[in-house]
Amino acid sequence: MRAPADSDIAAGEILLSIENVSLSFGGVRAIRDVSFDIKKGEVRAIIGPNGAGKTSMLNVINGFYQPQQGRITFKGETRTKMRPYDAAHGGIARTFQNVALFKGMSALDNIMAGRTLKMRRGLLWQLLRIGPALNEEIVHRHRVEEIIDFLEIQAIRKVPVARLPYGLQKRVELGRALAMEPDLLLLDEPMAGMNLEEKEDMSRFIIDVNDHFGTTIALIEHDMGVVMDLSDRVVVLDHGVKIADGTPDEVKRNQNVIDAYLGVAH
Amino acid sequence: MFYREAGQFKTTYKADQAIFPIVQDRWFVIGVLAFAVLILPLFANQYLYTEVLIPVLILSLAAIGLNILTGYCGQLSLGTGGFMAVGAYAAYNLALRVPETNLIVVFLFGGVMAMLVGVLFGIPSLRIKGFYLAVATLASQFFLEWAFARVKWFTNYAPSGSVAVANLELFGIPIDTPMRKYLLVLFIVAVLALAAKNLIRGRLGRMWMATRDMDIAAEIIGIRPLHAKLSAFAVSSFYVGVAGAMWGFLRLGSWEPLAFDINRSFQILFMVIIGGLGSILGSFLGAAFIVLLPIFLNQVPGLLGIPLSTAMVSHLEFMIFGAMIVFFLIVEPHGLARLWAIAKEKLRLWPFPF
Ligand SMILES: Nc1ncnc2c1ncn2[C@@H]1O[C@H](COP(=O)(O)OP(=O)(O)OP(=O)(O)O)[C@@H](O)[C@H]1O
Ligand SMILES: [Mg+2]
Repeated sequence: MRAPADSDIAAGEILLSIENVSLSFGGVRAIRDVSFDIKKGEVRAIIGPNGAGKTSMLNVINGFYQPQQGRITFKGETRTKMRPYDAAHGGIARTFQNVALFKGMSALDNIMAGRTLKMRRGLLWQLLRIGPALNEEIVHRHRVEEIIDFLEIQAIRKVPVARLPYGLQKRVELGRALAMEPDLLLLDEPMAGMNLEEKEDMSRFIIDVNDHFGTTIALIEHDMGVVMDLSDRVVVLDHGVKIADGTPDEVKRNQNVIDAYLGVAH
Repeated sequence: MFYREAGQFKTTYKADQAIFPIVQDRWFVIGVLAFAVLILPLFANQYLYTEVLIPVLILSLAAIGLNILTGYCGQLSLGTGGFMAVGAYAAYNLALRVPETNLIVVFLFGGVMAMLVGVLFGIPSLRIKGFYLAVATLASQFFLEWAFARVKWFTNYAPSGSVAVANLELFGIPIDTPMRKYLLVLFIVAVLALAAKNLIRGRLGRMWMATRDMDIAAEIIGIRPLHAKLSAFAVSSFYVGVAGAMWGFLRLGSWEPLAFDINRSFQILFMVIIGGLGSILGSFLGAAFIVLLPIFLNQVPGLLGIPLSTAMVSHLEFMIFGAMIVFFLIVEPHGLARLWAIAKEKLRLWPFPF
């Protein structure tokens, strides 16, 4: 737990609020009447056993699934229906539980693709690649190189991502999301399948993104140590239901949470 | 001279993003162009122009067009022949009805009309993928063939259904000899190929490749599938349309819809597969290979004293194409261009492979 920011965040303004959201797939009720909020500048962890509905929740937040019930308010705007690219335009970026990179492209191009939204020049300029179009490419390349330096992946920038080991792929995917300069960054198990050293690196990147760029982060993670270290507040889901919400310490002591993780029958 | 990039440190992102970042590649392209413009015309004969150089160049342009759509954006199309026909007939009608129009404008008009039709037939791609999209584009191929055979206005009510162009000229210079036709084709193809290379390396190219590799993730970083797919159909069809117009005007001179039938679509698709999906260079290699192979089979065994019958030659042609397509689809989807890149990579390290 990172003490200095906590008091600010408790008072802070709400960036995203989820109210009474329910989502089902046919008979499967993946999310049942869940409400919580994410405050500006915090690291919010979403935890829970397998199949609890964590990924589904991120999919609802970035417009990938439309919930059957509930309201979602982001930056003060309550939304009825939204597509993922609207969420991207609104400032929501994410990474996936199973890496979802553009396999045929280099690490650099993957991250550059994250800048698509920020680029303006039309077709004819791009055809000629002179003047404004070339300048635009170079300006954005500078931003992308800063991200590459930050993530310490200079050596692999020209390598097609399919050839990279899993840990580096996760890093490139984080880079692509950072390139969007989001207000809210959704990370779905950013450390899954990593060794200890890679986890430490990734934790450091997440803390730095939060501290230096002030990016609000929602994080799904199974490793409790990581959750305790990184997050300001934690929401716990089980079988689609919210069973606890609070600081890492509060959540850790919550009897419902202990039962859920120990698999006590409901 | 060695093929090396050692010592060529790029000190600015601008230099790193140049169209051919390795000096030897840049000189290679300049060298090929210089050879094509200055040296070839010194010895090329009519046969070389009309049977080899002009067809290879024009079909390369069509292959670049299809490669943008299929190789870069991942949308399979079997309608290339139909879109070439749109380019050819649009150009024919403009030249017929507004005879003073500059020839280059005529070709570009063919491209623009093909682009409009391409976007229209690209709309189903927003809903359907893969095999189903291929079938939809096949339907557009048959529809366009039918339209140019049946709607007499397109062919200016020619009783035979065949149209012809004559007395071509550009800026007062008659385009009447094979060499002049060749130089005009070379100019247009070189300019459009470089423009395609630019597009691929920019925002639009990344949008296409992102859509091809993982459309869901593309959407999540803010790429509209509508925008990416339809722009790929537009640019692709433009290239194919210009190629169609030049095929009619500079290669055939007179033609019927049959010149742009489904076989043409397959021919261009095979060029893209053999040359390399997602490669501009591959589009040229594939076109050269497919144009040259039959010529080679016709000439070489005869020279070696093993005369083959015409039927045998065409059978052999099919067998070799078939084998190569299976080979490339299974073993090396990036085609001849990839083999070329591997060779270059080896050369770059040679003689120290570490
Ligand atoms: N597209 C879908 N179609 C049908 N059922 C789905 C779909 N996506 C998720 N589910 C179901 O919804 C429930 C919640 O799944 P979800 O992926 O959100 O869980 P999770 O908490 O992310 O689990 P994990 O820790 O394993 O990643 C599961 O029962 C799952 O089978
Ligand atoms: Mg999940």
